[in-house]
Amino acid sequence: MTDLYKLTIDELSSLLHKKEIKSVDILNSYIKRIEELDPEISAYLYTDFDEAFKNAEAADRIISSAGNENPGVSGIPALTGIPLSIKDIFLIKGKKTTCASKILDNFISPYDSTVVKRLKENNYVFLGKVNLDEFAMGSSTENSAYKITKNPYDFNRVPGGSSGGSAASVAADLCAGSFGTDTGGSVRQPAALCGVVGLKPTYGLISRYGIIAFSSSLDQAGVLAKDVTDAAIMLSAVAGFDEKDQTTRRFEIKDYAGIVKRADKSLIKGLRVGFPAEFFSEGLDPQIGSKITDIKNLLKDMGAVITGVTLPNTKYSVAAYYITATSEASSNLERYDGIRFGYRHKEESGIQTLDSLYRKSRETGFGNEVKRRIILGTFALSAGYYDAYYKKAALVRKLIVKDYKDAFEKADIIIGPTSPTPAFLIGEKTANPLSMYLSDIYTISVNLAYLPALSMPVGAVKNPAKENGVLPVGLQVIAPWAAEDKMLSFAKAVEDEIKFRKDYHI
Amino acid sequence: MNSDIGSDNGFEAVIGLEVHSQLLTRTKMFCSCPNVFGLKPNSAVCPTCLALPGALPVINFEGIKLAVKAALALNIGINKKSLFARKNYFYPDLPKGYQISQYLDPVSSGGHLMIKTEAGKDGLKEKKIRINRLHIEEDAGKLIHIGNLSYVDLNRAGTPLVEIVSEPDISSASEAVSYLKALREILVYLGVSDGNMEEGSFRCDANVSVRRKGDNTLGTRAEIKNVNSFKFVEKAIEYEIERQIGVILSGGKVIQETRLYDSKENLTRSMRGKEEAHDYRYFEEPDLPPLVLSEEFINEIKNSIIELPEAKRRRYVSEYKLSEYDAEVLTQDKDIAFYFEGLIDTAKGGNADGGGLEVKKLANWVINELLSELKAREGEGRSMIEKADFLELISAVESGTINRNTGKTVLAEMLSSGKKASGIIREKNLAQVSDDKGIEDALKQVLEENPKELSDLLAGKDKLFGFFVGEVMKKTKGRANPKKVNEILKKLTMEKKA
Repeated sequence: MTDLYKLTIDELSSLLHKKEIKSVDILNSYIKRIEELDPEISAYLYTDFDEAFKNAEAADRIISSAGNENPGVSGIPALTGIPLSIKDIFLIKGKKTTCASKILDNFISPYDSTVVKRLKENNYVFLGKVNLDEFAMGSSTENSAYKITKNPYDFNRVPGGSSGGSAASVAADLCAGSFGTDTGGSVRQPAALCGVVGLKPTYGLISRYGIIAFSSSLDQAGVLAKDVTDAAIMLSAVAGFDEKDQTTRRFEIKDYAGIVKRADKSLIKGLRVGFPAEFFSEGLDPQIGSKITDIKNLLKDMGAVITGVTLPNTKYSVAAYYITATSEASSNLERYDGIRFGYRHKEESGIQTLDSLYRKSRETGFGNEVKRRIILGTFALSAGYYDAYYKKAALVRKLIVKDYKDAFEKADIIIGPTSPTPAFLIGEKTANPLSMYLSDIYTISVNLAYLPALSMPVGAVKNPAKENGVLPVGLQVIAPWAAEDKMLSFAKAVEDEIKFRKDYHI
Repeated sequence: MNSDIGSDNGFEAVIGLEVHSQLLTRTKMFCSCPNVFGLKPNSAVCPTCLALPGALPVINFEGIKLAVKAALALNIGINKKSLFARKNYFYPDLPKGYQISQYLDPVSSGGHLMIKTEAGKDGLKEKKIRINRLHIEEDAGKLIHIGNLSYVDLNRAGTPLVEIVSEPDISSASEAVSYLKALREILVYLGVSDGNMEEGSFRCDANVSVRRKGDNTLGTRAEIKNVNSFKFVEKAIEYEIERQIGVILSGGKVIQETRLYDSKENLTRSMRGKEEAHDYRYFEEPDLPPLVLSEEFINEIKNSIIELPEAKRRRYVSEYKLSEYDAEVLTQDKDIAFYFEGLIDTAKGGNADGGGLEVKKLANWVINELLSELKAREGEGRSMIEKADFLELISAVESGTINRNTGKTVLAEMLSSGKKASGIIREKNLAQVSDDKGIEDALKQVLEENPKELSDLLAGKDKLFGFFVGEVMKKTKGRANPKKVNEILKKLTMEKKA
């Protein structure tokens, strides 16, 4: 079996538990694939195959000592022996974590993030760290200080961002799944642009401990997976209260994988599916608009009740988001001061003032987008401006929370496009930050409202620059607070009808 | 120097104090590192207090309890919902680049503290100092400068603090000290703080301004930092008041600034002006949820608050009929106060009439004998004697079994060996020789040995009475009851005269 890399986690896990394959076989398949494709795609910042073999061999020992049972039944977690890539924003003990920034060029983490700790408890196989926009600030992964990651559907295009390395590695089968983070759409938008499933849970479902902070009140870890079932498996492995993160909640953690497996299309019947008018405004690529309309018709055929809903404050969400996120970031990034770890500027003269140490370390260590956001955030929090910016943004956030609350009175689930455009060209938006910021226009209100949402591939549009080429289109599914189960069941029912992987998978 | 210096020039001082007090928690405020002074540099640190990437704070509820306890004892209202905030500035001892503190909506606001003042024109000896707020925050680390290198020790980073901000109700340096002493006493009593100013666990910044008497508007204030003893607080404020009056009298204007007190030179120096003041960019700490305290939580703490020193002093005067001075001495140390009260209870428990021992006598024993013995042993680690044993000793002296001086020796021995008074008296044969026969024998011997003195005494030189008593004491190694010696000597001389 040489094409194991094509399989989903669910499929691989089942074969592993039946003892038809070994984790080491899966690993070899991915290594071959990575060596073939990653030099071009550049999803990985680094791979760690030594570690991967250790993990795979350990997983094989665990499985071989168990009975031939289905994953879960044997008490052995479904992720046992499954090779995953990790966005280089999660800390892993003893491993380099750069956050795609020069300022953390030499940073080896002395501790594990809770997500990675739980993955280790699930016997996963660590393949390597994948690329991102520096400090997760960006929508194209072009802000990485190290490399440009290519969209597997067209190497001239971006994979989206900031979890671009994660999305590209899953789309190109360079891993079985990937963990990313989503502050304003950083999991969902690249998932949409790369044709994979990207899920951002309710704020507080997954611990942020050991994840490098961008904007604490918006950041949430998420999963990028080949299909909805895999997303559910990955979510189950890491979700839940963590005493080290006081913003996690004691949610009831459901068996998301089991729920998804039991879901069928009958659940669509009578379901009130909300379409917010604000998500179909100007700026939306008409081809994407028409794909979403197709889904609308499909759902109608399946018996859904299509409901018009309104999110009237959507127009303020980009502004509110950028003020909140940059304000928090300006503070979160103060710890990168060259004193205790990371890059420290050294004067050639050997004589250094504290002030020059701070200024030059940060000036050299941070990239332009990060500096832009630190400056914006510092300004927004400054005396005399706080009320006009930060406080106003916090008020808008409350209104957006209410918009969704009202909308979910009328609809059980809300859907719309994930991104206004398909994958754009490398360099296309770098000169104009505002146009880049607008690529998250449909995703950021979800973070402001603390809600769960996912993006799933529902088709593709023609790639104008490539003969017979296509570019994936993502559907965004937004659920009420803590209703991941509902969201995943709905997505699975839609996925079963669309069969994106069969038609468009590279 | 007169601490009411301003009044002479027609000026008055307006002073507000910001006190930072470390809390006696086992662990730091937002991580589980030990909260211990004096460890090897950077040995009590973890990802959170080192501010490593990805690390998050977790609220230490022991710290919240102590802060609420302090607030309740200081009559400050508790806010059931309060918020943590970030105070942002760059400094190497502040690893996150921000301090987690409270800004809007602190845990506690609006209270007061009664302080003693010199009896003023209105004759009042007490003054109410309003407290604006008490909030919870974390301490920074420490910088150590050696040569032209600077080292960072982050053991202290993240240590729990309460900041207690007074209203500008203080009008002199001596009042400021009185306020600080009262505050410190309460915090130490409650076990909230160790109050150690030298180690920096109790420190104070003073906001000082002056204005002409009768003027209702506040003058421009200077904030004095780095005052780490009561004496320095007093001196720094006195200096600053004089300096500001001097500036105004010479036609200048006081500028708003932060000044540093230099204890060696006894003066304050400008540290930074208003325009260089930090813009701390406070905002709500997004890593921590609002702090919500339940009624039960607050009540539980309220019920755990012990009688405070001021209340004890009042009670000692009214109930025990002690002098204010005695009450003051007995209540300065919480352990001593409780020991003293226990002593009274034990004495009463043994005997309905207080064991024949008046409270006043017990107080004297504690103040004059026990405290001085304990003081002599400071630093050796306090081991107290059982109350019943102490009472036994007191009874032995009061009943004349041993004399007062021997009592002191026995007390010292009890403290060092832990033995009981009766055992020590027996072992060392310390009991007073009170029987007439023994004393008479000793006295007769002394009289025989000193014929010249005896004839002088008989000739009317009464001064020699003391000489003979002293000789008897020598002979009995201090065990003779001096009263008895006197009696018998009188009797014998009368006989000889007759």
